[in-house]
Amino acid sequence: MKTSTREFADVTRDETSLRRFLHGLPGVDAVGVEQRSAGLGTRSIKKASKMHAIDLAISMVDLTTLEGADTPGKVRSLCAKARRPDPDRPEVPKVAAVCVYPDMVETAVAEVSGTGVGVASVATAFPSGRSSLRIKIADTEFAVEAGATEIDMVIDRGAFLSGQYGRVFDEIRTIKAACGNARLKVILETGELATYDNVRRASWLALLAGGDFIKTSTGKVSPAATLPVTHVMLQAVHDWHAATGEPRGVKPAGGIRTTKDAIRYLVAVNEVAGPRWLDPRLFRFGASSLLNDLLMQRRTQLEGHYSGPDYVTVD
Amino acid sequence: MTWEYAPAPESRDIANLKANYRMFLDGEFVEGAGEPLKTVNPATEEVLAEVSTASPADVDRAVKAAKRAQDRVWGRMPGAERAKYIFRVARMIAERARELAVLESLDNGKPIKESRDTDVPTAAAHFFYHAGWADKLDHAGFGPDPRPVGVAGQVIPWNFPLLMAAWKIAPALACGNTVVLKPAETTPLTALVLAEIIQQAELPPGVVNILPGAGDIGAELVNHPGVNKVAFTGSTEVGKIIQRSLAGTGKKLTLELGGKAANIVFDDAPIDQAVEGIVNGIFFNQGHVCCAGSRLLVQESVAEEVLDKLRKRVATLRIGDPLDKNTDVGAINSREQLAKIQELVASGEDEGAVRWTSPCPVPDKGFFFAPTVFANVSQAMRIAREEIFGPVLSVLTFRTPDEAVAKANNTPYGLSAGVWTEKGSRILLMADRLRAGVVWANTFNRFDPTAPFGGYQESGFGREGGRAGLEAYLDV
Repeated sequence: MKTSTREFADVTRDETSLRRFLHGLPGVDAVGVEQRSAGLGTRSIKKASKMHAIDLAISMVDLTTLEGADTPGKVRSLCAKARRPDPDRPEVPKVAAVCVYPDMVETAVAEVSGTGVGVASVATAFPSGRSSLRIKIADTEFAVEAGATEIDMVIDRGAFLSGQYGRVFDEIRTIKAACGNARLKVILETGELATYDNVRRASWLALLAGGDFIKTSTGKVSPAATLPVTHVMLQAVHDWHAATGEPRGVKPAGGIRTTKDAIRYLVAVNEVAGPRWLDPRLFRFGASSLLNDLLMQRRTQLEGHYSGPDYVTVD
Repeated sequence: MTWEYAPAPESRDIANLKANYRMFLDGEFVEGAGEPLKTVNPATEEVLAEVSTASPADVDRAVKAAKRAQDRVWGRMPGAERAKYIFRVARMIAERARELAVLESLDNGKPIKESRDTDVPTAAAHFFYHAGWADKLDHAGFGPDPRPVGVAGQVIPWNFPLLMAAWKIAPALACGNTVVLKPAETTPLTALVLAEIIQQAELPPGVVNILPGAGDIGAELVNHPGVNKVAFTGSTEVGKIIQRSLAGTGKKLTLELGGKAANIVFDDAPIDQAVEGIVNGIFFNQGHVCCAGSRLLVQESVAEEVLDKLRKRVATLRIGDPLDKNTDVGAINSREQLAKIQELVASGEDEGAVRWTSPCPVPDKGFFFAPTVFANVSQAMRIAREEIFGPVLSVLTFRTPDEAVAKANNTPYGLSAGVWTEKGSRILLMADRLRAGVVWANTFNRFDPTAPFGGYQESGFGREGGRAGLEAYLDV
């Protein structure tokens, strides 16, 4: 297998090379990518293929709570939901991970360790990323030491938008090193990057720096994840894989609330990145309310009628 | 991990398919005196319906009815009144959109997602757009109170049966003309449902007449002395015959004929969207599009990358049941057309082009042809020069913008072209130098009633759509 470091060593040698590479990536035509994502959005997924998609989507959820009001009680309840999304139906798959603030990692780890549900923690002065590198590293180490298996970092959008690609690259590298065995998701906050060209450049930057996942949003900025943005990012991991042989993941987060939305994303995963990415190791949904809609739709598929929100548990 | 999409067929009952269809003449559905034709579902080869066809005497009656309606009612009616009728037709098409879409897919073989999302909405849009012109012709740039031409004889092809009928009928009516239209022999059904809509919209009898039939009836129609304006969309070969026979008769003529469009991808193009545009350019409607981007001209420095991405993308196209909502490529319209495509593809292989065909599964029954891309094509090969009118792309390369222009223009056709580059100035330069009626920049196969459409050279003359399209239907 070719390795990314060898393949792209000259690209990341210095700031100038990095800039030249990122600006040499093919542009993204906004009309075209939006047309394509709207077109794929009309795929009609029914019956067995819908059931399969629902279970797959459940297994890809990073069940998230990122509020100032989070308490250990809230996190424990979220973890219970993550382990067993539908108490009436033990065959429903577990979600991929719970996603919490660093100070809640310990509580979450105690609840889910050994169950196969991961614990993801946001870090690096989430959501704005406006702090010193020292504090960002400490933030990451705090989460990792508490047992987080995944770290969701934010990039410094200010540095990216002012063209300091090397600085963003180094920061991701440093945080990756601080992660140890934890997998790193790099949040691009695409709502602040504004253009698809920027999304493509930031995606490649994060992949070059060693991010295991590229993630759209913090959920704190509008717009959060959109289908066309996710298309651009899926294309990036596809191209990365074609160039290096390394599979990397994508995580849209924020604003995905319904089964219908989730299926549209899965169609994009299937047809833009490829069937290989239909895997919780390579695709995640950062969401909270999505899970209950998936569960309700799952029941509807099995029971032939819709039973409503009173029949699924709140977390 | 694979994820198969379960079949998601649109119900064929929505089409309200009848066993028999009759022609529409002077406001009534009547039995034609011609030999009835059987129209076939190209995806299954089953007979869908029997359709009565016109005889030469029926053509005569229709033209006379149209003349009467033009003289006595339609030509004299204030534009604002005509507009009301045309708006009504537009609304009724929109109301019956699902029915028309399913019927179109059954009769033509095109995927339901295209008939539903393109053909039918665009047909309605043409009526809406032209209805708006009916009372504003004074301001169309042809002087005060421009007069209609009279009776329009219109002959349309099978690739967009309803949409072509709308393209032809809407501007004719808006300008105060009456119409005798002959739909294609293999796809008469949606035009006859449009006739039903026209009847229900209470257009005065004779304003629109729809006469199914084969080529001989088309010839009868365009050569009828009562016809003042002929509009034809179809093959260059037939277009030439029509032009020859109309010479010296004083009839106005517009022709929209074949094409061999170049889709030109520069090395600074948005590559992923260019790949989408290439796919849309040639595999939309099974490539049965006169303006299809059937020649890909790609700059040598990115040719390998583009072709690699293109093949991967084409392999994901789903070919099969046109009524399945997830079908991307439907059926070839007829056995004859399939044979023509196969013959040209064989010539490409014989002449040394490198063939790649999508490995997608193809139904056993019906007329299907898997998406095919020819690499290493040179200008001398038949697949680079002749219109294939099928899902077959010929790929050529170029080194400089001049070479791209030279190759793109090196065709007797000139209907459309595509330019893919992120550089705005290059788009303008190319649009200026390409000899094509439509030049799309960073997109392809986009249709809008406000944009004039038409060709150069053997792709025909005259424009349809937009303000320019009105000229063909006004005595100016």
